[in-house]
Amino acid sequence: MQCPKCHAPMHTYNRNGVQIEQCSGCRGIFLDYGELESLTRLESQWSQPAVPPPPAAPQYPAAPGAHSAPAWGAPQGGHYGHQGHHRNKGFGRMLFSS
Amino acid sequence: MTHALLSDLTTRATAKAHSAASACPCGATTTLADRPDATVVRHAGTVAKAHAPDTTRTDLIPRLTAATHFPGILLPPLSPTPTDLHGRLVTFWPYGTPVDPEDPDAAPWEDAATLLARLHRTPTTALATPPRSADTPLPPMRGPAKAALAVTRLRTTAAQHPATTPVLHAWSTLPAWARAETPMPDTATLCHGDLHLGQLVRHPAPDGPWLLIDVDDLGVGVPAWDLARPAAWYACGLLPPDEWTRFLTAYRTAGGPAVPAVGDPWPALDVPARTLTVQTAARSIAKAVAADRPLDEVEVALVDACDRMGSAPPESA
Repeated sequence: MQCPKCHAPMHTYNRNGVQIEQCSGCRGIFLDYGELESLTRLESQWSQPAVPPPPAAPQYPAAPGAHSAPAWGAPQGGHYGHQGHHRNKGFGRMLFSS
Repeated sequence: MTHALLSDLTTRATAKAHSAASACPCGATTTLADRPDATVVRHAGTVAKAHAPDTTRTDLIPRLTAATHFPGILLPPLSPTPTDLHGRLVTFWPYGTPVDPEDPDAAPWEDAATLLARLHRTPTTALATPPRSADTPLPPMRGPAKAALAVTRLRTTAAQHPATTPVLHAWSTLPAWARAETPMPDTATLCHGDLHLGQLVRHPAPDGPWLLIDVDDLGVGVPAWDLARPAAWYACGLLPPDEWTRFLTAYRTAGGPAVPAVGDPWPALDVPARTLTVQTAARSIAKAVAADRPLDEVEVALVDACDRMGSAPPESA
């Protein structure tokens, strides 16, 4: 099809499963019926994870090493012992008992 | 009940310490532990242990034999067979210097890991040769059975505690073998079964090499269980990453078979570490209820980990 504004040819692109037409001249975009809603829906899906915290890291991280940890582990920064702050009597006792 | 036992155990320890001499110049006997599952006293260089009331000869003797057989890994007993005292089985051991409970930063993580790797690499067939008698096989490592016991106690003593629900839910997501409902998937590897920092001593005292003690839970089973307590502490944010790394690296360096030599160790550690987290949380809640006190922050960290387990069940379950 031709651009309704500058009459240059329009090319079809697929953006996240939505077909859009973009003018090769003025770069204007033409949306079919319902495509604007589809894009809005996609946008809200993308931004949704920013509202609650992102889901926990994968159970076994892709770059495994000694510092990998299980999904049920304490959140990052939860290493109380690291700060020396949790080297309290409770943890001391635990290291020495069944 | 324990007073008579403690008193006679002291007499026996003194007699054992001085079996070659008539006079005793060394003074008092010290009580190292006096719990329902074990009473331990020390006199000079000798330690006497009264094992848990339900300990059987059939289970204990092969465990003592294993300790006799691997002197560079396990502290060997003074006698290869137990003695009866007040209906309890009693064993005698040389005294070794323990890890200082006031100084966990000095914990010998590398030594602990290396000893475990060597234990796990021990062919259990080595135990089938004399002097071990062939008719008393080494029983299974008791880790899962003890976890199940802790959960049973939690159910019976602390059912109403708010932290009990997430702990029982995490338990319900574990595979049957980890809950001692079916045999363990590995029945060929020699395991300690109850590794913590109280299970290491230097012998000869005070600065001999580190050795593993306490054979009560020793047996064949899944070797990752022996790494799982430090793994659980690390996962719960209680053990700093560098100490966990030192432990794991030393284990791998010594050729330990519980985790792959390279790559992610967690697929192997996950189930045992979950189970020991549940076990420790269960014991903590039961103790807190018995003492009518709130959970401390370390105990809360364990319960929180159980809570997270509920929404991320083990892949191998």
